[in-house]
This record gives sequence, C-alpha cells and structure tokens, in this order.
Amino acid sequence: MLKLGVPSKGRLMDRCFDWFAARGITLRLSGSDREYAGAVDGVEGLALVLLSAGEIPRELAAGRIHLGVTGSDVLREKLVHWQARVVDLAGLGFGHADLVVAVPACWRDVDTLDDLDAAAAAFRKAHGHRLRIATKYHRLTRDFLQGAGVADYQLVDSQGATEGTVKNLTAEAIADITSSGETLIANHLKILSDGLIHHSQARLYAARPADWSGGRKPLLADLCATLGLPPPAF
Amino acid sequence: MAGKAAARGAAERILATFQAAGAALVEAEILQPADTLLDLYGEDIRARAYVTSDPLKGEMMLRPDFTVPVVKMHMADGAEPARYCYLGEVFRKQERRSDRQAEFFQVGYEVFDRENPSRADAEVFALFAASLAPLNLRAATGDIGILLSAIHGLTTLESRKAALLRHIWRPRRFTQLLDRYSGRTPMPETRAALLASVKAGVAPACTAPHIGLRSQAEIASRISALQADAAAPPISAEERALLQDLLDLSAKSPAALAQLRELARSLPAIRPAVERMAARLEALDRHGVNVGELDFEASHGRTTLEYYDGFVFSFHAADPGLPPIASGGRYDALTRVLGQGRSIPAVGGVIRPALVADLSGDASC
Repeated sequence: MLKLGVPSKGRLMDRCFDWFAARGITLRLSGSDREYAGAVDGVEGLALVLLSAGEIPRELAAGRIHLGVTGSDVLREKLVHWQARVVDLAGLGFGHADLVVAVPACWRDVDTLDDLDAAAAAFRKAHGHRLRIATKYHRLTRDFLQGAGVADYQLVDSQGATEGTVKNLTAEAIADITSSGETLIANHLKILSDGLIHHSQARLYAARPADWSGGRKPLLADLCATLGLPPPAF
Repeated sequence: MAGKAAARGAAERILATFQAAGAALVEAEILQPADTLLDLYGEDIRARAYVTSDPLKGEMMLRPDFTVPVVKMHMADGAEPARYCYLGEVFRKQERRSDRQAEFFQVGYEVFDRENPSRADAEVFALFAASLAPLNLRAATGDIGILLSAIHGLTTLESRKAALLRHIWRPRRFTQLLDRYSGRTPMPETRAALLASVKAGVAPACTAPHIGLRSQAEIASRISALQADAAAPPISAEERALLQDLLDLSAKSPAALAQLRELARSLPAIRPAVERMAARLEALDRHGVNVGELDFEASHGRTTLEYYDGFVFSFHAADPGLPPIASGGRYDALTRVLGQGRSIPAVGGVIRPALVADLSGDASC
C-alpha cells in the first residue's frame, strides 16, 4: 500500500481531486464531509491520507507517507536539501503563486534589489535598526537576499496579513505569496522588478525515506503510468 | 572524527599553553541574547546559529562564537591590557554542508592592548603557530586594513566608498558595484528612467499614498544621492586596475610587502597600513616565525564573518575538505560597536581542537 498525502480542505484539495480524477483515479472523502477520512477508486494499492498542506513536507521527509501533494514554496521553505529528501514527480498546474519581495509603491527610488540594498543601508543609519522585511518564508527569502548581496535587513515573522505590516509600521517591506498581485496593490505595495524569489505551484512529490520495499516500487511505477508520468528514477 | 573526549584533551593541552602565555581563563554563557548577534552579523547569522526563546528574555542563540561575549565582557569591566583564553562548545547549523559538525569545541586566545598592535598581532599568530607546529599546517595571512584603506583612498564619491566598504565581505556584490562605479556596466534601466524624469521636472506620477516608516524625506534624499552619483565621473580605469591588482595579490610575505610598497606609490592611502604590515612581519620574525615562507593573500578573510578589519590569518590542513584548523584576526572596530563609545585595539583567534586531535592521531600536540 502506498500512502498519498493530500491537503485536507479547501480549493487545494478540490483541485487535487480534480487532477487525479482527470487521470482516472477518484479520490474522495469517505464518511461525512467533516471527517478527515478518504477513499480511492480506480487504482489498486493507494491509500488517501488527508493532512494540513503545511504538514505534508514534514510527513514526506519523515517517510510516513510515500507520496504527497503540496505547494513547492512550502516544501522548499520547510525542507533543507529538499532534492535529497523528496523526488519531484510532477507539477499539477494549479495553486500558482509567486513568492516576491514587495516594497511600498511610494518608494520611487526603489525598483531593484540593488536599490533595496542601498535603501536598507541608509535606513539603518537613519533609524538605528535594520530594515525589516515581514515574511513567513524565512529560509527562501534569506537565501534569495543573501545571494543578491542585500545587507542591513532583518526578517520579522508574519504568519498572516503580511501585506498590512508596512502600514502598521511593523515592517518596511515584505516577502510574500501573490497570485494576482491585487492584495499588494490594495495595500499600496509594489513588486521589485527582480524580486521574484520562487514561482510556486502544487506539485506531487515522492518521499525518498519512505519504505519502498515489498513491491511498493512497482506499485509506484504503475501509478505513474496511470497518471501519465515518466517512471520515477530513484 | 575524534570523539569529544579526545577533542577536549587536545583543547586542554592548547589551553595550558595559552594560560602559560599569560591569558586569564574566562567563561561565556552558552545562551546569548540574539539581538546583539543579529545586529552585528545581520540575518545571515540566523541561518548559522541555533535560535531558541526564553519566556522572559526573548530570542536567544546558542553561542555561535566566543569573540562577541568575550569582547562584551572586556568592554564592560576589563582592565587594560588584557589577555583572555577560553574553551567550550560553539554551535553552528550546517544547512549547506551536512558533513560538518554542528557542535564543536573552540579554544581561543584574545589580546586587548593599545600599546603596539603589530606586536600583539605577531604574539597571537606565533602562539598559534607554535601550538599547531607538529601538524605541519599551511598558514595563510592577509590584511583587511590594507583593503579598507585602498577603498578610502579612491578618487570618488564618499557614498560610493561607503557602499564598497560595506560590501567588502561580499566579493560578488563588491565587484558588481565596482563595475558600475567604474562605468563598466550601465545603471539599471529603471533608475535611468527615474533620473531622466526627475531631471526633466516631470517626476513620475506617484499616486500611491505614503506608507511605512521610511519617510518621504528619506526617499527624496536617496533620489538626490542617485542624481549626485549619476553626475559623478566614473572611478578611473587606472584606479580600478590598481585596486584589482591589490585584491589579486598573493605571494610569500616579503614579496607581497615589496609589491604593496610599489602599489602604494600609486595608491598612497594604503601606505600606513602597508607599513603596519612591515612592522608586523618584523615582530613575527622576532617571534621566530619564518616570514620568508609565510603566505600573504590580500583578499584573505573577505568571505568570513564581517568584523575583522586588520591582520587576518588561518591554518589549513592538506585536505581541502576540512574547515580551517584555526583562524583569527584583528577586530578593532568590533570593540567600538560593542563598547558603546569606547574602543580598544584587539586581536585573537580560535583553534578547533577536534580537528587537531584528528590530525595528530594519538600523539600529543
């Protein structure tokens, strides 16, 4: 039996069910629609596990599920050396979102990371503390800014309503997920022209540390064939 | 990898030589307040240090080094001059290199002395060289002070010098800025457009309301700075070439000194720092260090933590996969940052005893 972890609620779950259904595999909730139990029709040896989307990377890394669907942003944020721990089987074509660096639209002088770095240096001098960037994607943001040579900033944690932090004076800039950009605009923010950290979508991953013995690898090969995916090389 | 007992054994032998050299043994808390470290190193330290939280004191870090707590301790109530030594674990996350230890001993020696910095540099280096002598390590040295003075001496805007000084520890970004300031690469298109519209008096419509802590005055002042930068002539090709020659300089110390003195004829700003290096080499010689064979690389230390501002050194094993067995340098500016107005010239370094134990097998060192 292969365990497949899928987000337990909302649009992400629905789109995920649709994606599998289009390939002949029916995933559905069993029992009442409030109960987190699932069933699978159309393929042998697959069990559905409903999980919070944010926990799927951890469950994959622990090998407690064989397969999982989650956003590539969340997975890369949560799993250091992600390539060594999961195999990326497919992009599912939904859940598109960009993780971007955004600053107040009124910052006419700031359009690039180069500008942000210079503004951060001047800001630190004027205010006595580093320029604060609110985010919940600490690792991805830090790696990105470090690679670009931005200094004199600090990350402040924001688990929600991140676009409001600048107006509320708890941050000077943000690094957050956006799909249409409308929330950013509504909060008087603009995306830096070279501020795309990661283009994310929902993806299907296989867990390297999961137990693949006992005929589970052929089972995965069959599943991939059914889904129209190339056989996984691991 | 040697066990902790072997590492501690090697550390205690080294510590005894540090104490014999006159250093007072000091301890530092393992839990350090995160704000000091974050303010000093920036966000990068969060990727390197273990962060935890105290219900009352807030964010704390497992000691990523001893230098900061030892400097803070000295600046608070140290007598002068002072020599300190210490032994204990430091903790560093190894996100990129999972084969490296996240918890390891450091044994260190720090000198706070106004009297004669060159002599103090030589004292620390010679002590480390003697402690590590049986291991036949390669020593590399450099001098961040020479690089800093070369940048200070450029014929260009102070704002450009400040940006270059700020990024001396980020070589890629440093080169990017230097290329821009010397006219090798054009300014970003959006900046050119902004400056053109400001010049034409048709400031681009900014319909967005002002939000955030960064004030309109700060925005205006940066635009003025961008205008001044655009109007300033580029750093000359000659100066740029001299700076590159300096950054690329790598030779045995006597030859390096001769080349630096030659460079100082065109870059007079580096002369005092070069003469300090000459004084240091004499002091090293008096300490019995074979300076004729001592490697000097002008860019040495540019990728380490950004507090060294003078002499820097490290000791390396033949295996390039191993981290430096020992490293250190001068950090005068750090004492000013942590001393709240007071400062004192300081130099020191650390040895990783686990690596010493590995390399020396069972032989004592």
